[in-house]
Amino acid sequence: MTAKIAIRNLDFFYGSHQALRGVTLDFPERQVTALIGPSGCGKSTLLRCLNRMYDLYPGQRATGEAMMDGMNIIGPGVDVDLLRSRIGMVFQRPTPFPMSVRENIAFGVRLHERPSRAEMEERVEWALTRAALWDEVKDRLAAPATGLSGGQQQRLCIARTIAVKPEVILLDEPTSALDPISTLKVEELIDELKRDFTIAMVTHNMQQAARVADQVAFFYLGEMVEVADAGTMFTAPREKRTQDYITGRFG
Amino acid sequence: MPESAEHIVKSYEQELKHLAGLITEMGGMVENEVSLATNAVLDGDAELAAKVVEGDAKVDAMERDIEAFVIRMLALRQPVAGDLRQIVAALKMTGDLERIGDYAANVAKRSIVLGQYSLPFSLAGLGHMSRLVQENLKAIVDAIGEKDAEKALHVWRSDEAIDGFYNAIFRELITYMMEDPRNITPCTHLLFIAKNLERIGDHATNIAETIHYAVTGTPLSEARPKADTSSYAVVRPSGGGA
Repeated sequence: MTAKIAIRNLDFFYGSHQALRGVTLDFPERQVTALIGPSGCGKSTLLRCLNRMYDLYPGQRATGEAMMDGMNIIGPGVDVDLLRSRIGMVFQRPTPFPMSVRENIAFGVRLHERPSRAEMEERVEWALTRAALWDEVKDRLAAPATGLSGGQQQRLCIARTIAVKPEVILLDEPTSALDPISTLKVEELIDELKRDFTIAMVTHNMQQAARVADQVAFFYLGEMVEVADAGTMFTAPREKRTQDYITGRFG
Repeated sequence: MPESAEHIVKSYEQELKHLAGLITEMGGMVENEVSLATNAVLDGDAELAAKVVEGDAKVDAMERDIEAFVIRMLALRQPVAGDLRQIVAALKMTGDLERIGDYAANVAKRSIVLGQYSLPFSLAGLGHMSRLVQENLKAIVDAIGEKDAEKALHVWRSDEAIDGFYNAIFRELITYMMEDPRNITPCTHLLFIAKNLERIGDHATNIAETIHYAVTGTPLSEARPKADTSSYAVVRPSGGGA
């Protein structure tokens, strides 16, 4: 299995506080990797490293390697705008722009490309179809995106992310604000998307990690404790800390 | 992996303990059934035999209870990792224990028939074999309660000796039948009794495999030593192939 992103000895600091310690982890290409662990274990921090979100905050820094196609994502001289078009991110709560459904998709595309009107229409339909939303919104592309339901808004955010044709998608608890049916739709979507994209997902929902992920990594106190395929992780994990966490025995 | 801490959800923890209790209790019941059944054979005690046959219904009821409890836990708790392995193990072990109970009841029924014949030979071999089977059964029931993979492995390995005894009894009984056709009926029953005991041993090894996986997370992959060669005797009657 080829690693799309290969992390080696990654340390991360919020000022003087070290949030990640010597993390080494591969994200296999076109697979879903779920990051699990208790709050504050560093899993979201790791996701933020992968698209250099931390650049926005002074005092935060990462050392080590996160290699993608020969480029160290966290190294100096990385074109962060280009990086973020290659590695898209979807957040916990749906964050539609206060624009029409169509513009939500077109906005990001225009930052990187100059498509014709016809090409843009095509891209909007493609992205919405891939995000399993097209049938629900095709008659109201001009309506404000904020009028969609929570589940639809989240799928719109996923459509917006894939519209720029990234290689990697980062999902930070993508269904934590959704009802169960919308959650299943997003999970089905993730399963669909992994044919084209490499996906890294943070989730607090263990069952979701079991349902969706190919590979699961367990984090605790800034360390990557164990990584395994989902089947092994949820039937026979190696480490006692993993076992205690996923069975609900922490303490 | 060392014994885990308590579950955060207390009712889940209690259910896991309750399930462990049920399966140990069922193990004890079955152990007792086998012990009474072999005594019924060796002492020709028909009253004891009737008690065993009666007791089998309780074993069956216990299996249904455990099954229902496991299905409920799977649905409501969605267990993972060690918990999942323990719960699925309980489901498998209850099936093996139920079957052991059936064999014990069958041994008891045959002992009643056997009581109507006077046997011109001793049952010493069967006595040895039944002792070994009971030792293994006791050890495996202990291993269930103690979640002891080492003990389970020991039982798994020592089944070979039981198979050896069974082969010897098989040959011995055939000799008696050839000597005098009037021995055929009681010897056939004895043969089935011995086979039932041998099967009980096999189910004990199944349980051993289940315990090993439940406790360690790795299956017992090494092929179990098998020494039951009596089936060859059927196809090679003159060659002394048993």
